[in-house]
Amino acid sequence: MFDTSSLSDTAPYALDRDQKSQIFSGAIGALTQHHYAACPQYKKILDKLGFDPAKSRALVDYPFLPVRLFKDNALKSIPDDAIIKTMTSSGTTGQNVSKIFLDRQNATLQTKVLIQIVSDFIGPKRLPMLIIDAKSTVTDRTSFSARGAGILGFSMFGRNVTYALKDDMSIDLEAIITFADKHQGETVLMFGFTYIVYQCLLLALKVEKQMLPFDDAILIHGGGWKKLADQAVGDKEFKNQLRNLAGVTQVHNYYGMVEQTGSIFMECEAGHLHSSIYSDIIIRGNDLRPLDMKQPGLVELVSLLPTSYPGHVLISEDIGEWLGEDDCACGRMGKYFKIHGRAKKAEVRGCSDTFTAN
Amino acid sequence: MIRSLPTDDVTFVVGDTNIETRPLPPFNDTVCAFLNALSAYLMSNTATKEFPDVMTFAFWCRKGHIQKLKSEFSSGPDRLGRGLALHIAPSNVPVNFAFSYAFGLLSGNANVVRIASNETAQVKIICDAINHVMDDPKYSDIRSMTAMVNYPADNAITAKFSALSDARIIWGGDQTIASIRSLETSPRCVDIAFADRTSICVMDITALETATDVTLSRLAQGFYNDTYLMDQNACSSPHLIVWHGENAETARSKFWSTLENLVTKAYTLEAIQAIDKYTATLQTALDVDEADYITQHGINVVRVNLTDLPKQLENTRGQFGLFFEHTTNDLGPLAKAISPKFQTMTYFGMDKSELTKFVIDGRLRGIDRIVPVGRGLAIDVMWDGYDVVKHLSRVVAVE
Repeated sequence: MFDTSSLSDTAPYALDRDQKSQIFSGAIGALTQHHYAACPQYKKILDKLGFDPAKSRALVDYPFLPVRLFKDNALKSIPDDAIIKTMTSSGTTGQNVSKIFLDRQNATLQTKVLIQIVSDFIGPKRLPMLIIDAKSTVTDRTSFSARGAGILGFSMFGRNVTYALKDDMSIDLEAIITFADKHQGETVLMFGFTYIVYQCLLLALKVEKQMLPFDDAILIHGGGWKKLADQAVGDKEFKNQLRNLAGVTQVHNYYGMVEQTGSIFMECEAGHLHSSIYSDIIIRGNDLRPLDMKQPGLVELVSLLPTSYPGHVLISEDIGEWLGEDDCACGRMGKYFKIHGRAKKAEVRGCSDTFTAN
Repeated sequence: MIRSLPTDDVTFVVGDTNIETRPLPPFNDTVCAFLNALSAYLMSNTATKEFPDVMTFAFWCRKGHIQKLKSEFSSGPDRLGRGLALHIAPSNVPVNFAFSYAFGLLSGNANVVRIASNETAQVKIICDAINHVMDDPKYSDIRSMTAMVNYPADNAITAKFSALSDARIIWGGDQTIASIRSLETSPRCVDIAFADRTSICVMDITALETATDVTLSRLAQGFYNDTYLMDQNACSSPHLIVWHGENAETARSKFWSTLENLVTKAYTLEAIQAIDKYTATLQTALDVDEADYITQHGINVVRVNLTDLPKQLENTRGQFGLFFEHTTNDLGPLAKAISPKFQTMTYFGMDKSELTKFVIDGRLRGIDRIVPVGRGLAIDVMWDGYDVVKHLSRVVAVE
């Protein structure tokens, strides 16, 4: 199999299209063969669909699994006794959650790659860190979710990690001010889920008519725009409020899913999400055929990381648009893109739709 | 006898709270003339032409067809409608409410039709047409016997209508039926409940091999109408194609590639539907042991080959053009797999008297319709195992 550690000394956005494609077609081919040999369900799918795992193909021609398949099936490429961690997606209430099985090797790799990617944006040093969430989100192990995992994962970039919200999700101004006093003049790092940052920090500050005493904070946020879009809050408005109310001067959204933890897509200074040397994206039309640049479609995510479960090539239910490659104003190589949101629900045709009440 | 319909939270799109419930005999002349006038009005309406389903309804209630139904209606004992028929129409097949209403009228009943609150263009066109045609004093009887209503999803309101009804026609599947059945009615009230059903298709390999291009493209168009028009969600849409004969590969490819060409031109999926379909395809690969290989003609036509018929065949279903196929010379195992859940068998190149024997002599508990490919969705008074007009009318026995 492709040895991802050979990339650990490469800057995460250093490879251009040609260099990347040389690595990816081989590496994804090798991962496909690995999962074919190790995951019986993956083998069943490829066999019945007539995909020959030994055949080398262009990246767009590798079989992709829908993210939803991980919700209804336990797909893993490791024996049960090698599982050290099972990650679950947050999932809307009432829906099944994805279950992702990690062994030690895969978990370590996720952490290493996450550090490599995030350091490219915030530097190699640990920063004083404010988590825009409640401590109970990570301590309550019974509901260990993507949110908890995200907070824990990103906490390693911080020191003096402080939670900005109380357990009831109300703002803990006292804790924030103590934290700010202690780190006056330092660059601080904030991390949180997009809608929680908006709802529990920015709106709370507005209501309380308060401003945070930072002047050089970095915010990394993720988890999706849907709830903000519902309130008609755009990226620009969000960033303005962050600057004015919370003293955040550098904002990085990230896009990724629990099925591909580690190889996340970070938003650069120019406002674009970037694929790194560990990841790639392909945009597909409604016929699932690949689309060219600047055409919105379903987002397929490719990652070199998944070894313990067959999640190296996934198709999401998100609509995105590939904006360019190797020529972003921020100087990073690789494809850059934006996400428009979730694919819309469709109207149901057929006679067994009911409209009576219960 | 005039009954007063409930009015709280109820909008009357056609008619009003007072409804005449004295019945008429089936195929009453005024009723037939009214349907013919409705047909003529709809056909002359330019808005109708935009909607093939409205056109289908208009065509169905034309004079020639109603006369044919009338002459086929048995000359048995005298009959009268039952009184007031309540129709719970489905919200996502826009024109079904109109067929249901016409069936109720032809049976001699006064009708209250609950139409979907998310009023579609088709519903509006037909209701406007009914209102217009009824304005003619000739049809004042029909007017007094008709109400089209909508009201919020609320069983308390349906309960009030139910209590007044002599017959109920319940569309919308098992859940709706269970919910409506729990409401009290008068002891004499009869229900026609259109439950969740599924359907199959049988095609003869030799017939397909020898088919001309014209026959083949008509067959594909017919199959398309039976399935893709409703995303395969209709009870009458087939999910399983049984290829009758041997060495099916040539015939099958011929059929599927003809269909693929047609579908590519006529059908598009939304992004989420493409994901739904692709996920279902992979889940089928995982779950259905009898599926040995799956052929994807792009996203539009996906077919799953079955080496044997899966247990609980009614659950072998697809959506958006996901089909199962099985080749066999022997329909015996199929007969065993047919449960009461099966409604329609569409056929091509098969002898229909043989298929009738298959059901009747085979003493099957399912399959109520045997129709050529392309006629799957063609709703009529013989539907889902019911002779609807007889069921909605009562016999007056005279000695």
